[in-house]
Amino acid sequence: MRTPLDNTVAATPPSAFGATKQRTATVRRRWTKERATPYLLILPATLLILLVQIGPMIAGIVISLFKLTRLYIANWANAPFAGLDNYRVALDFSTPIGQKLVQSFLTTLLYTIIVVGVCWLIGTSAAIVLQRSFRGQNMLRTFFLLPYALPAYASIITWSFMLQRDNGVVNNVLVNGLHLFNDPPFWLLGNNSFVSMAVIAIWHRWPFAFLMILAGMQSIPEDVYQASAIDGASVWQQIRYITLGMLRPVNFVLLLMMFLWSFNDFNTPFVLFGPTAPPQSNLLSIHIYDNSFLNWNFGLGSAMSVLLLIFLALVSGALLLWNRRSQRA
Amino acid sequence: MLSETLSFRIFRWVVITIVALFVILPVYVMVTSALKPLGDVLGSFQWWPSTLTIQPFIDMWTTVPLGLYFFNSAVVSLTATLFSVIIAIFASYAISRYAFKGRNVLAGATLATQMLPGLLFLLPLFLIFVNIDKLLGFTLLYQTRLGLIVTFLTFTLPFSIWMLTGFLNGIPKDLDEASRVDGAGTLTTLFRIIVPVARPGIIAVAVYSFMTAWGEILFASQMTNADTKTLSIGLQGYSSEVSVAWNQIMAASLAVSVPVVIAFLLLQRYIIAGLTSGSVK
Repeated sequence: MRTPLDNTVAATPPSAFGATKQRTATVRRRWTKERATPYLLILPATLLILLVQIGPMIAGIVISLFKLTRLYIANWANAPFAGLDNYRVALDFSTPIGQKLVQSFLTTLLYTIIVVGVCWLIGTSAAIVLQRSFRGQNMLRTFFLLPYALPAYASIITWSFMLQRDNGVVNNVLVNGLHLFNDPPFWLLGNNSFVSMAVIAIWHRWPFAFLMILAGMQSIPEDVYQASAIDGASVWQQIRYITLGMLRPVNFVLLLMMFLWSFNDFNTPFVLFGPTAPPQSNLLSIHIYDNSFLNWNFGLGSAMSVLLLIFLALVSGALLLWNRRSQRA
Repeated sequence: MLSETLSFRIFRWVVITIVALFVILPVYVMVTSALKPLGDVLGSFQWWPSTLTIQPFIDMWTTVPLGLYFFNSAVVSLTATLFSVIIAIFASYAISRYAFKGRNVLAGATLATQMLPGLLFLLPLFLIFVNIDKLLGFTLLYQTRLGLIVTFLTFTLPFSIWMLTGFLNGIPKDLDEASRVDGAGTLTTLFRIIVPVARPGIIAVAVYSFMTAWGEILFASQMTNADTKTLSIGLQGYSSEVSVAWNQIMAASLAVSVPVVIAFLLLQRYIIAGLTSGSVK
């Protein structure tokens, strides 16, 4: 195959001076083309990311500074500038709006801690027992991934059927089978709705923890276990000191990712309760969503979203810093 | 490898039994209830259908416009996936093979934006769509399939770039160099050499990206109307009605799950590798 350089040389008259000049120019052009290649490759992606992500995100921050209510949705150019008023309203804890936001924040925090903690616990236990090869190991592993493979709404709808008061399987087991309650409880109302929502999220999410931990375990060298066995370590000591110790970096990334997902969780409460969740299960995403679309107050909704973003960025940043420091130490 | 002791063996079977029961219960309820006549799901829960019937799978198409929802979900998810994967092939190749200014910014942005609250995009995109349509004088984006595809790109694109970069990093750079020595240009190298080698990875990225689009709820809940509704919103709406034929809902849930579950399980090796490579190594 001929390169552009060959062409130039062939087409150049045999005048030594002209050839050199032309060749330098071509070399420079080729060099710039080489330099430009990665930028051309990322051009479509960058344009699209700017258009659908960065642009709207900046627009969202701008919107939070305007009094963008029902009147201005289709007429946003005329929305009056509000400065930090939306933030003041969101964070004024003496009014119902601020109090509800705090309540929703605390609910989300509790939900996140429970879901992430239990997912990690089930994921770690399942990974430890499936690490060793035995008959049926691969089949069980595939089976355990099933909740993660199902579309979220399909499994949440199934759970919502299971939790129905009169015809659900949960009350059938608890009331008719185990006789724990005289009167069948409502699982999708009041405090129970929070428990139900957390169980469903755990069911759907734990296989991700399992996957990551299993992958992390496979990178622990075999001879560490052998050496510790020779030194007389019991299987429990091996789990405590080798497996969990060497999984620390994996666990850090895993917990950070699951923290962010659970804190932003919208699907579980929305499919279960619709746009208005019971106050005990009013997670931040659904609270902000409800506030924005029920009252069409996009300015306030955007301000709350930005506050959520700032909180998540601060926590993630602090965790990353802490992790880097404790790894160095 | 852990050494076996009796206590560990007991621990193993306790964990496996509890987790397996937890995992199987909803799947069991979904599958058996989909095969029940309506009477079986109205009264107290029955563990086995009084008569096995496939009637729910026939009725579900007429109770709600399920066919339309299927069509909408398929069109929107496939287009968003196809578009993201093609653009991601170029971008991931650049991130994986070239050192250039802004490389880390782009790579970091694809990871960070996946973690952002979706609401941060939904509210402004909603306003932008409404106002663009008003400017144009006809409905191009607001509650149309095209508009929904655009919103889906906010998560399918960065995800595809991130996961595909991981796969391409695992392909030896010698392959590129050999191809370059033979005189092939960048695009020839990418499409003749790299893409065929990365095919399982590309398919895994496409399947996973399709799965996330197929299950999307937040954007679809505001960016669709009666004609453009997707499966997630259509079934959610139906399941929250006052009188619900749960056997049909379970049949529909099973029908929407089977294609993605099969694709996931067939490609699980590649999908797992793609999901875990970034964080484990």
